[in-house]
Amino acid sequence: MSDLSKSDEYYSAIDHKPPKPTGWMDTPVNLRKGIYCHSANPKSLDYVGMPNARKFDPTAEDWLLPDNWQEIIHKGFKERLDKFRSLKVFMDICVRCGACADKCHYYIGTGDPKNMPVLRAELLRSVYRNDFTKLGKILGKVNGARPMTLDVLKEWWYYLFQCSQCRRCSVFCPYGIDTAEITLLGRELLNLLGLNIDWIATPVANCYRTGNHLGIQPHAFKDMLDFFVEDIEEMSSLQLEPQFNKKGADILFITPSGDVFADPGTYSCMGYLMLFHYLKEKYGLDVTWSTYGSEGGNFGFFTSHEMMKRLNSKMYMEAKRLGVKWILGGECGHMWRVIHQYMDTMNGPADFLEEPVNPITGTKFENAKSTKMVHIIEFTADLIKHGKLDLDPSRNDHLSVTFHDSCNPSRGMGMFEEPRYVIKNVCNNFYDMPANTIREQTFCCGSGAGLNAGEDMELRMAGGLPRANAVKHVHEKHGVNMLANICAVDRAALPDLMNYWVPGVDVTGVHELVANALVIPGQNSRPTDMRGEDIPGLELEEEEDTDE
Amino acid sequence: MNDKYMYSLIAVFLLALLAYLGVEAAGMDVIFGVVLPYVAVLLFIGGFVWRVMGWASSAVPFRIPTTCGQQKSFDWIEPARVDNPSTTWGVVVRMFLEIVTFRSLFRNTRMKVKSDGRITYSLELFLWLGALAFHYAFLTTLVRHFRFFLEPVPICLQWLENLDSFMQFGLPVVYMSGVVLLAAVVYLLLRRLLIVQVRYISLASDFFPLFLIGGIAFTGILMRYLSKVDIVGIKSLTMGLVTFHPVVPEGISGLFYVHLFFVTVLLAYFPFSKLMHLGGVFLSPTRNLPTDTRARRHINPWNYPVHVHTYEEYEDEFREKMIDVGLPVDKMPEPEPEEEAASAAAEAETPEAGEKE
Repeated sequence: MSDLSKSDEYYSAIDHKPPKPTGWMDTPVNLRKGIYCHSANPKSLDYVGMPNARKFDPTAEDWLLPDNWQEIIHKGFKERLDKFRSLKVFMDICVRCGACADKCHYYIGTGDPKNMPVLRAELLRSVYRNDFTKLGKILGKVNGARPMTLDVLKEWWYYLFQCSQCRRCSVFCPYGIDTAEITLLGRELLNLLGLNIDWIATPVANCYRTGNHLGIQPHAFKDMLDFFVEDIEEMSSLQLEPQFNKKGADILFITPSGDVFADPGTYSCMGYLMLFHYLKEKYGLDVTWSTYGSEGGNFGFFTSHEMMKRLNSKMYMEAKRLGVKWILGGECGHMWRVIHQYMDTMNGPADFLEEPVNPITGTKFENAKSTKMVHIIEFTADLIKHGKLDLDPSRNDHLSVTFHDSCNPSRGMGMFEEPRYVIKNVCNNFYDMPANTIREQTFCCGSGAGLNAGEDMELRMAGGLPRANAVKHVHEKHGVNMLANICAVDRAALPDLMNYWVPGVDVTGVHELVANALVIPGQNSRPTDMRGEDIPGLELEEEEDTDE
Repeated sequence: MNDKYMYSLIAVFLLALLAYLGVEAAGMDVIFGVVLPYVAVLLFIGGFVWRVMGWASSAVPFRIPTTCGQQKSFDWIEPARVDNPSTTWGVVVRMFLEIVTFRSLFRNTRMKVKSDGRITYSLELFLWLGALAFHYAFLTTLVRHFRFFLEPVPICLQWLENLDSFMQFGLPVVYMSGVVLLAAVVYLLLRRLLIVQVRYISLASDFFPLFLIGGIAFTGILMRYLSKVDIVGIKSLTMGLVTFHPVVPEGISGLFYVHLFFVTVLLAYFPFSKLMHLGGVFLSPTRNLPTDTRARRHINPWNYPVHVHTYEEYEDEFREKMIDVGLPVDKMPEPEPEEEAASAAAEAETPEAGEKE
């Protein structure tokens, strides 16, 4: 972050006026450091059989493209117009009313006019008009058409990887034009030329091989969870015995591997472990983790529809191999869009699984009866509703919490009340951010869709500004010091964002809060929270206890 | 100077001149009064159908609605039945509100980066209002014009005209729809010119329809209120067109032909332009599909098998390590000397990998 100016300086320099004299088509792309990500490692592309793998320097004149690259793009475009009605309709019907313009967090934060969703889409539309419409062919530039050139390709690459596919613009578009759909397919075209970014391509290759984005091999995965088990024993004297790859378990649990790997996601991961332990001790719940299916996230989604399907296939294959009844999924954003809107279609039908029923409450998860995968927030909300969890919310009294609706569970699912219900049952101090920045109008963390790299820090901080600004509001008004969310990328990205814009606010997954409040049979007084920090008030009690 | 709107403005002026001179100077009333309108209607119908068929012929591989409200999960959480519709009825209502009331545009906010460090988003409904005024005024004007194509004029048209002129002033009575249409066009035009971001994204093809429709409204208003035209002659021309017995009465003013030619151009241009949002909005996959995607399976017509990394391949690579930490494995390694096993595995792998390519 060293190149980045101070946050207040950055803020006051934001300018939304487009450059005056020239139109956007005549403004050549200028790849700025801090905005774009490293190009894909060719080894990673090769491993999963992606075409045209090679190392290229984004700032170099020559991108070492195959000779017939224009033909490849044209054919790929044509094929996708037939395969995706969304693309065809969205290419044709935009009226450029501008309603989407100031809805994009990257536009708000950067002021770069090509980050207006409408212009991001026009980058593709201009080529579409030239290649596939009569009027575009006849009238050319007057009708907003232009041929595919190397400059246009570079512009595509630069701006398609400045979209986190959060779909906020599609909420406001009078025709529901979804920029995520356009950039997903645009990135698919770029991938035909080997033009992925490494922060996506390498996790994809890792996930294909080891079952998770981080490339954690099975033994290491088990070691990492065992390490959490030790931590938990230290803080609570509970002895947990998580199950791995267990055939015949009732439920397979899959969560993003980021939670196994990095703080603060690890605390939520420990939260899952404690919740499952509690349910096993009290109700005999039989959950297994899998090392083969050890990734909830799906960076294939940011690569191509085919790659998404290839990576997602492990969930059902593993559930089938283990013979579980249904699948439970951890807190993650795009993972849940893939599960909710794609998985059953791609890799179903899951007729080897049972329609999910909560074995503890008897609740049928009717909304998941075909896909047979339940969100852990739904699962926990149901448990709380039926009074099955022994909770002491005062154990979270040192926290003043707000909730960041993650993009995909919001606009690709509509999960708004369940997480709030869970949080309000485990925390006494909860304050929502202003209405235009939450729920379906929520702002992205600024790092979604594979953009959570280190080298694009300026883009991430700029894109996260609207979110951070809303957090700042509740931080100042209500003393909020904890930003809860249900997404692994959020947990990885938001701490940097808070440090930059709103120091003094930490980031947590919802199940860390649940575990903080959970009263587990056999635990000691647990004077610390999941982070090993003393819970004010409890230290004292403990001392009193020992005095007696 | 913005060449995008100048091109469009000049084009519309040229079209007006073409029709006026064509009829008044060159006497081509049959061309402008009969031939071109017929061609335009054919182009409109054929083009419209062709475009919609084009969209319909593309697959809908995934169900990707944008969920703008609470999902249906538990019976103790109220779902947003319209903004996150899990039933077909919900979708019908959602589409109805979208098409009839511009529901999504009604959410529009305006973002401001304030110098005190706050970013605000306030409801901004002028675009919604302008769009609504434009479309409904256009629709009313269009329906009102059916009186030129129907004999006798149905009573419901009479009602519409009464409604449209209920604020009675002037003679002949002023139809609000025409005035509102022109005002809305001016508003949408000024918006495009004065809001710098909107001007930046605008293309010539965004200005052209506005100037054209503005021209239609303007010439219509001129004819009705200022330069009296021969209504009886015009009606015999339009009735001739619609009954396929075209006649071209003498003495219809050139202004009428300009008006008619603008409409002719609009009809012909429509299917090849962004105006097709009229048809496309019905086919938008983020709006017209139910959101019960986990409860009901959606079929992708082109779903094809893909290369996957199977558990067997995974275990083959990591078996030893898995056994070491006590993870269960499906296949226990055979108790042979290590080196042989390794070379055997390598031999077995090579042809298999070759087959896959």
